[in-house]
Amino acid sequence: MSAALSIRNLTKVYNNKLEALKGISLDVMPGDFFAVLGPNGAGKSTTIGIISSLVRKTSGDIEVFGYNIDTHFSQAKKFLGVVPQEFNFNLFEKVEDIVMQQAGYYGLPREFAKAQTEKYLKKLNLWEKRNTPARMLSGGMKRRLMIARALVHDPKLLILDEPTAGVDIELRRSMWEFLREINAAGTTIILTTHYLEEAESLCRNVAIIDKGLLVKNTSVKNLLQGLTKEVFVFDVAVDLPQSLSLPGFPVQIIDIHSFEVEVEKGQNLNDVFTALSQQGIAIISMRNKANRLEEMFVAMIAQSATNQLSTDQASANQPPIKLEVPV
Amino acid sequence: MNLTEQWIAFLTILRKEIKRFARIWVQTLLPPVITMALYFVIFGTLIGGRIGDMGGFSYIQFVAPGLIMMAVLTNAYSNVVSSFFSAKFQRSIEEVLVSPTPNYVILLGYTMGGVARGLSVGILVTIMSLIFTHLQMHSWLITLTIVLLTSMLFSLAGFINAVYANTFDEISIVPTFILTPLTYFGGVFYSISLLPEMWQHVSRLNPILHMVNAFRYGILGVSDINITYAILGLVIGVVILFVVSLHLLKTGNRLRA
Repeated sequence: MSAALSIRNLTKVYNNKLEALKGISLDVMPGDFFAVLGPNGAGKSTTIGIISSLVRKTSGDIEVFGYNIDTHFSQAKKFLGVVPQEFNFNLFEKVEDIVMQQAGYYGLPREFAKAQTEKYLKKLNLWEKRNTPARMLSGGMKRRLMIARALVHDPKLLILDEPTAGVDIELRRSMWEFLREINAAGTTIILTTHYLEEAESLCRNVAIIDKGLLVKNTSVKNLLQGLTKEVFVFDVAVDLPQSLSLPGFPVQIIDIHSFEVEVEKGQNLNDVFTALSQQGIAIISMRNKANRLEEMFVAMIAQSATNQLSTDQASANQPPIKLEVPV
Repeated sequence: MNLTEQWIAFLTILRKEIKRFARIWVQTLLPPVITMALYFVIFGTLIGGRIGDMGGFSYIQFVAPGLIMMAVLTNAYSNVVSSFFSAKFQRSIEEVLVSPTPNYVILLGYTMGGVARGLSVGILVTIMSLIFTHLQMHSWLITLTIVLLTSMLFSLAGFINAVYANTFDEISIVPTFILTPLTYFGGVFYSISLLPEMWQHVSRLNPILHMVNAFRYGILGVSDINITYAILGLVIGVVILFVVSLHLLKTGNRLRA
C-alpha cells in the first residue's frame, strides 16, 4: 500500500542562504493522524509549503498516495487539502464564493460544488454566514472557513498548519472533535501544532523537526514510554507538616495544602497513596504537573541542541588545515 | 485534470474576475465612460468643430475609434494588474496555486478576465460615443479581431507587471509613465500624416499607433499603417507575452518561496 505521504531527502535552502530543511525523510500511512512538532523556525511550515507547492524545494522527492508531486502534480494535488497558518483568502469575497471557487479550481461541476459547499459550511457552523464578506468574520470563523475550503473536494490527505492557533478553548475542542470525525471517516490528517496537548490528544504518530532535521519519528505511545520520570501535584484536605516525607519519592511542598512528588519510571504510584494514608493525609485531587508530551519534547529539543553544540565544538577543536604550497 | 475539469477551473477564474470588476463598477466601469465623455465634449464638440475634417471624416468621428481603443487597452491592463497583484498581496493566489489547475488555465482565466473588462468598457464607451456622433462599421471582422488581440496583449502585459510588482506603487508605474504617453502619441487624436517625416518614422515604432489605426480602419476604413502588419504584430506580441507569463508561472518566480 502506498503511503499517504512519502518524503525523501527533502532539502530547502532559501535565497538568503537559510538552510530550512537538511534532508528530511518520513512516511505517513493512510488513515493516520500524524503530528509534526518543532519549535519556531524548525522547518514545519516549509515542509508543508513544499508539499502544497507554495515553496520550491531545493532537492528531494515527495509522493502523495504514490503520485510524485513533480511528475504527476495534478493527481497528487487532487488528494491533498491544505489549511495554512495565515489567512489566505480574499477578504472582500463572500464566504460561500470562497469555498465555491476552490471547488471550481479542482474541477468540480457547479451543482456538486454547491452541494459540497453547503455540506462543509454547515458542518463547520458557517452556513448562516455564507453571504457575509470574509473580512467580517471572527478569527475562529476565518479558521473554520479555511478548513471548509480545504475539504470541499474531499481530499484523502488533509494537512493543517497550526489549525487552532489563537482559537479559544471551546472552539479548539469542537475543532478537535470535527477532525477526529473526518479522520474516523478515512481522511489521513497531518497537523503541525504548538499545543502539545493537541498532538497527544489527537495523534497516533508524531515527527519532531528541529533546525531542519528530523529528530524523532515514532508513535505518540512509544514517545511517551521514553519518559523516565513524571511529576504529580497533589492537593490535600489537611494542613501539611513541614517535614513531609514519602520514602523513595522526592517531595516538594508548594503551599500548606499542596505538594509535588517525582515518580520515576518503574516506581508504583500506590506507594505514594499508602504513605500518605499512613500519615493521615487525605487527597482531594491529583494531576500531572506538565503535559507529558511537552516534557518529552523539551527534553528532545534540548538533546538536539546539545548534539549540535558538541558537533560544532568537535569541528572547532580540529587542527586547522595546513595548505602546503609547493615552492 | 481532464479537459472538462480544466474548463470548469477556467470558468471559475473568469467568473470570479467578472464578478470582481462588476462588484466595484463605480471604480472600474464608470470612470472610463465619464473620462471619454469629457474627451468627446472637449475634443469633439467644443474644439473639434474648429479643427475640421481628418482622414475624410469629422474630427469627432476620427477620434471616436481611438478613444474607444484607449479605454479598452487601459482597462484590460488595469484589470489584470490590480486583480492579480491584490491576490498576490492578500495571498489568495495560493488558493489556485495549491490546486491542480494547470498554469496555462490560470493564465487564460486572468487574461480573459482582462479581455472581459476591456470589452465591457469598450461597449459602454461606444454606446456613449453614439450620443455625440454617428459611427459606421467598415469591417466587423477586423474591428473584433483587433479589439480582442489588443485586450489580450494588454491583459498579459498587466499580468507580467503584477508578477514583478512588490508594492501598489509598482503597479501604477507602467500605466502612468509608459502606457499613457504611448497612447497619447499613438494617433488617438491625430493622423501621423500631419507630422514631419522623421516623427512619422518615430511614431511607427509605437505599437499603440498600429492598434489604434487598425481599429480605426475596422470602423471607418481609414488608416495610417498597414493592417496586415498590425494584426501580425499583435499575434506575435500575444504569443510572446503568453510564453513569458507561462514561464513566470512555471518557475514560480515571485509567486512561490
